[in-house]
Amino acid sequence: MAHVELKGIAHSYQSSPASPEDYALHTSDLVWEDGGAYALLGPSGSGKTTLLNIISGLVHPSEGKILFDGRDITGLSTSQRNIAQVFQFPVIYDTMTVFDNLAFPLRNRGVPESKVRERVMQVAELLELTDNLKRRASGLAVDAKQKISLGRGLVRNDVAALLFDEPLTVIDPHVKWKLRLKLKQIRQEFKSTLIYVTHDQAEALTFADQVMVLREGRVVQTGSPTDLFERPAHTFVGHFIGSPGMNLLPCVIDTAGVRVDGHSIPLDPAYIARARSVDGELELGIRPEFVRYEPQMMADYLPVEVTEVEDLGNYRIVTTRLGKQLVKVKVGENVSVATGPGWLSFPPEWTYLYIDGDVLR
Amino acid sequence: MQKTFDNRAWFLVLPVVLLVAFNALIPLMTVVNYSVQDIFDSTHRLFVGTDWFKEMLRSPRLHNALWRQLIFSGLVLLIEIPLGVLIALMMSKKSGWKTSLTLVLVALPLLIPWNVIGTIWVVFLRPDIGLLGHFIDSVLGISFDYPTVPIEAWISVMLMEVWHWTPLVVLLAYAGLCAIPDAYYQAARIDGASGWAVFRYIQLPKMRGVLTIAILLRFMDSFLIYTEPFVLTGGGPGDSTTFLSIYLVKIALGEFDVGRAGAFSIIYFLIVLAFSYVFYQALQRVGTGEGK
Repeated sequence: MAHVELKGIAHSYQSSPASPEDYALHTSDLVWEDGGAYALLGPSGSGKTTLLNIISGLVHPSEGKILFDGRDITGLSTSQRNIAQVFQFPVIYDTMTVFDNLAFPLRNRGVPESKVRERVMQVAELLELTDNLKRRASGLAVDAKQKISLGRGLVRNDVAALLFDEPLTVIDPHVKWKLRLKLKQIRQEFKSTLIYVTHDQAEALTFADQVMVLREGRVVQTGSPTDLFERPAHTFVGHFIGSPGMNLLPCVIDTAGVRVDGHSIPLDPAYIARARSVDGELELGIRPEFVRYEPQMMADYLPVEVTEVEDLGNYRIVTTRLGKQLVKVKVGENVSVATGPGWLSFPPEWTYLYIDGDVLR
Repeated sequence: MQKTFDNRAWFLVLPVVLLVAFNALIPLMTVVNYSVQDIFDSTHRLFVGTDWFKEMLRSPRLHNALWRQLIFSGLVLLIEIPLGVLIALMMSKKSGWKTSLTLVLVALPLLIPWNVIGTIWVVFLRPDIGLLGHFIDSVLGISFDYPTVPIEAWISVMLMEVWHWTPLVVLLAYAGLCAIPDAYYQAARIDGASGWAVFRYIQLPKMRGVLTIAILLRFMDSFLIYTEPFVLTGGGPGDSTTFLSIYLVKIALGEFDVGRAGAFSIIYFLIVLAFSYVFYQALQRVGTGEGK
């Protein structure tokens, strides 16, 4: 259990990086509180795995320091750091039984055999591997193998942090949810710091208290799942999280709000005043969940044309056209929608302005 | 799903049958033909049944050659497999010109024709002009005369064999090692595994497939070895390095005794087949899910 802190960390896989593009991870200060459950979320190549490997010591950062509980451990090797990590593909020791696989990290550290037995039984119980303990690990299904990988991290109850590198990628969808539940259970039973890397927003949002969203080697926002959903700090977060992602419409400042393709959208005057003082590319952002739709004309509603209605069972995704801009709206099943004219409103409390991608606060 | 039966499909396997017939079955049948007859000349021949087989199986010279052969192949496996794995473990797994160069240098002995290998070692071991022979004889001051001392002949043949064929084991083991995903090494580091544990529980099990091939190839090839020792020692001194194939050629071409040689060939073939089968079966069982 540890408080993990990165100070001025940057990493490049090239020996002499010349330009910022050579960096897989840009200079950042990051903190993971002791006992927290974190997710690192981002598309492929955003630096998530690099970040994770820097914490576990598999990658030595080009710049910066790593602190565990305030102690500088940058120079320590992976085994000295006392970290557990679960990889994308299950790693098992083929020739060993399931029991020996689970016992391996403890035996390597010279833990007495009676203690090994006790810990392995506990973990096997938790992961429902008890029936298979005497079998060879190589003969098991991929999800059982991944449980073994996970188990090897869990048997050591003194780990500073437990790291997951997209552990559910190779798992079949119908058993994925079972393992996901297991992970949630582990999160409650083990009080250690958990860091979970994924590109799947559903996984990240269900697993973690705090989600760090990465993009091109930078953390663009850290927050609770609610924060990320309701208050995206960056257009990337708005777009990446949510299905469909946030509507982002280029706009210009108007007297009482902003104009999108000739249509006025009123916003809080103080907010507009702040927007006036900053230069940059301006975009209006609102999640499809928060846009209001009406089939009839209403006061302060903007006229749009409904071009497409996708029925997804308990709700519908309506694609509308506001001038030249497309706006997606999530509409409940009790509202009637048809292609043709419609009316939208943008509630100011859910409408944000982004300047060069960053939210205006 | 209903299966379609059409005997014309046999024509599809005909090319393979023809190929195998010409390169294996017909030559083999010729040998079988020799082994059951006593042939005096092209018109006078006598069917003798299994007489040649009975005689060869009781021949002490064949027994001696077989023991020599087994000891030789045993030593080859005991030396070349561990040595090859050791060298492969020491080679860099990073790609680059240095790695490529190492691979080419390691593989060089495999590219040399076998009779040239023998000639190289004949020269190499000569006390007067050979580098190694001169070194042992003059620098170390040990009298070295492999053509007349059996144990020295054995050491020379083993050295040549190890030098010639260990590279094959190195290449196979190296390929096996390169195929191990990084995650295994990373997991081992996280699990605090020692270098020995990494070898024992990751590298060795992951190399099982390639090492099976290496053991089979090295066993079969060394069991059939002919050219290099023939050039180096000619089977001597005495019979001390007369391995099975050298003995066979002595009977067939030296004594022109095609009946005995034919019977011997078939016995030889069956021994190799039997050993290879046993090795293959044994290695398939090692490390698989059976037993536990």
